[in-house]
Amino acid sequence: MEKKLYTLIVHSENIAGILNQVTTIFTRRQLNIESLNVSASSIKGIHKYTITTCTDEETIIKVTKQIEKRIDVVKANYFTDEQIIFREIALYKIPTAELLASNRIESIISQHNARILEVNETYTVLQKSGTSEETAALYYDLAEIKISQFVRSGRVAITKSHSEKLS
Amino acid sequence: MKQLIKGSEALIRSLIHEGVRTVFGYPGGAIMPVYDSLYDYRDQLQHVLVRHEQGATHAAQGYARASGKTGVCIVTSGPGATNALTGIGDAMLDSTPLVVITGQVGTSLLGSDAFQEIDLVSITQPITKWSYQIRRGEDIPWAVARAFYIARNGRPGPVVLDFAKNAQLDKIDYAPYTLSYIRSYQPVPDTDNSAIEQAATLINAAKRPFALVGQGVELGNAHTELRAFLEKAQIPAGCTLLGLSALPCGHPLKKGMLGMHGNLAPNMKTNECDVLIAIGMRFDDRVTGDLNTYARQAKVIHFDIDPSEIDKNVKTTVAVLGDCKETLPRVTEKLTEIRDCRAEWIHSFDELNQTEYERVIKPELHPDKESAALTMGEVVKAVSDATNGEAILVTDVGQNQMMAARYFDFHNARSIVTSGGLGTMGFGLPAAIGASFGAPDRTVCLFCGDGGFQMTMQELGTIMETGCVVKIILLNNKFLGMVRQWQEMFFHERYSFTPMVNPDFIRIGAAYNIPSKKIRQRTELPEAVSEMLHTAGSYLLVVDVVEKGMVYPMTPAGETVTNVLLGY
Ligand SMILES: Cc1ncc(C[n+]2csc(CCOP(=O)(O)OP(=O)(O)O)c2C)c(N)n1
Repeated sequence: MEKKLYTLIVHSENIAGILNQVTTIFTRRQLNIESLNVSASSIKGIHKYTITTCTDEETIIKVTKQIEKRIDVVKANYFTDEQIIFREIALYKIPTAELLASNRIESIISQHNARILEVNETYTVLQKSGTSEETAALYYDLAEIKISQFVRSGRVAITKSHSEKLS
Repeated sequence: MKQLIKGSEALIRSLIHEGVRTVFGYPGGAIMPVYDSLYDYRDQLQHVLVRHEQGATHAAQGYARASGKTGVCIVTSGPGATNALTGIGDAMLDSTPLVVITGQVGTSLLGSDAFQEIDLVSITQPITKWSYQIRRGEDIPWAVARAFYIARNGRPGPVVLDFAKNAQLDKIDYAPYTLSYIRSYQPVPDTDNSAIEQAATLINAAKRPFALVGQGVELGNAHTELRAFLEKAQIPAGCTLLGLSALPCGHPLKKGMLGMHGNLAPNMKTNECDVLIAIGMRFDDRVTGDLNTYARQAKVIHFDIDPSEIDKNVKTTVAVLGDCKETLPRVTEKLTEIRDCRAEWIHSFDELNQTEYERVIKPELHPDKESAALTMGEVVKAVSDATNGEAILVTDVGQNQMMAARYFDFHNARSIVTSGGLGTMGFGLPAAIGASFGAPDRTVCLFCGDGGFQMTMQELGTIMETGCVVKIILLNNKFLGMVRQWQEMFFHERYSFTPMVNPDFIRIGAAYNIPSKKIRQRTELPEAVSEMLHTAGSYLLVVDVVEKGMVYPMTPAGETVTNVLLGY
């Protein structure tokens, strides 16, 4: 079966140890979690996990059901990229001296729609939010200058179809 | 004025409020306040002191399986809790309702590697339905109510309550708590009307329908509903190991046991039927063999209460979600009543079973040579006949288990207690003890091997102390028989560490004041069985059986379900 990236959105009660319960289900099925984000949801007392993983549809269906089976999980659903609006955020740290020496930096920043978070004598921090392809594209451009630190968040996603209701 | 009580007492009162009358346990430091409170409630809550915490969990399982109630155990933190893990895992795989209360160090010590601290919630999460740490006294009534609600509703399973010592000592204003709803958990999924409709249509159009009956029927108390369903449409059925007593032996539509050591006909017919109807069973690999060749010709209808079982192993055509006690009658209502036109199909099972009788059953039950050693099958049959199929069968794991399952008769519901999913050696003796408390009016017969018996035989002490009644039949082949069988078949008869040097079991029985007898002759068997059953109290009957006996039929692991070996 064809593998692709799925986004799993899990709503759960705010009880300790849920993350563990969710991740062991991936481990048992030998699935890697590509990214993971935990946050509040729009419903009071309900937490929201956004998990991406690369697998086939049959497996994601089974994993989704096994996660939903956990008592404190309220709802688990899986989505393909077409069904959601999603973002990641990436931070890039560049030595200021190298940055100033480059003549491309201004065009890179405007071309990628990046933001400058902080500039001082030693370093500059840029921020970019977007899809992983977009944050990666900026990475490759900046790497030609020099990147001294890089970090990217897990995916956060909002579904196109569902309102955040739980049954 | 408010009457404050200690958390430990609140736990006991919460248990009584949940209807608990018997608990199995073993004390220790981190659970001592609970044991202290228990002392005041001895008249309302019977505590059975086991000899090892694994025994407490299996006893609670046996109790639950025999009675239909939730089994409860109480153990201490650290080693007490880790000793309980095997039973918890067993209950998870076999859907047994269990509440396990473990002591835990005080919350101020959590995470510090304190004496007998173990992160039990993390360890047990993957092998429980729910695992929760009670950190404050005021949470006790809520947590206990939730634990029982989860353990017994929907697909049952084990729940752990990890009870911090400070919470046991907290003073709380106790009020009984009852829970009938959990926001994040729907125990019984909604049934789709169209699924009922489609299932009935498929069955009505079927020429060769075949039903697979699992423990879900027992758990759902749907015995009558099952019979009505099968009888109306004349559907032959095979039972899983755990579903054996869901349909009484001798019922004309019961065609035997499914799986690796099941009967020939139900396994062969799985790949001949046109509609396969699974009821409260989960297509375990010990039932299906190779999934790639399993029932590929059939349309599959799956009745289950657990949505995650649907399409897990076998792709279904129609999934009937819900409690089979509700869903079966709804489908039955829409079935066309069948009289004779299915006779040929039904009869075709009996032809195969006749072959099995000639090739396997007859030699097992009536060996040619009078002088040959007793077989396991003969012993099982003798006990089954002497109890008229009325007893509760408890087994350990191995050849003894398969032989007992094959040759014991069941006329009543909830008559088989065995470790199916986890296949836990040592399960038998403590589970039988638990079953005797769960169904005190019924005869409990335990079959075990010399290996498995020695894994938990310290529980003879529990029998001695409580006077509970278990008829123990130890089938001694001086080998780890089932492993030896595999070595004979698949490892060139290299008997690597399967012969066993055994103690004098009779003296062990005697040490625990349990009447014990050893036999090895065929002629001794009827009288020995009769003496065992007529002796008041527990009894240990050690039978020296053929040392290199084989369990047949056998479908080797991972092979096609129809690839059934009938013997040499
Ligand atoms: C706790 C545990 N350890 C190991 C096994 C593997 N095992 C399965 S059957 C068996 C042999 C059982 O021997 P015995 O109890 O003498 O029974 P028999 O098969 O001879 O009836 C073994 C070792 C197991 N199922 N459970």
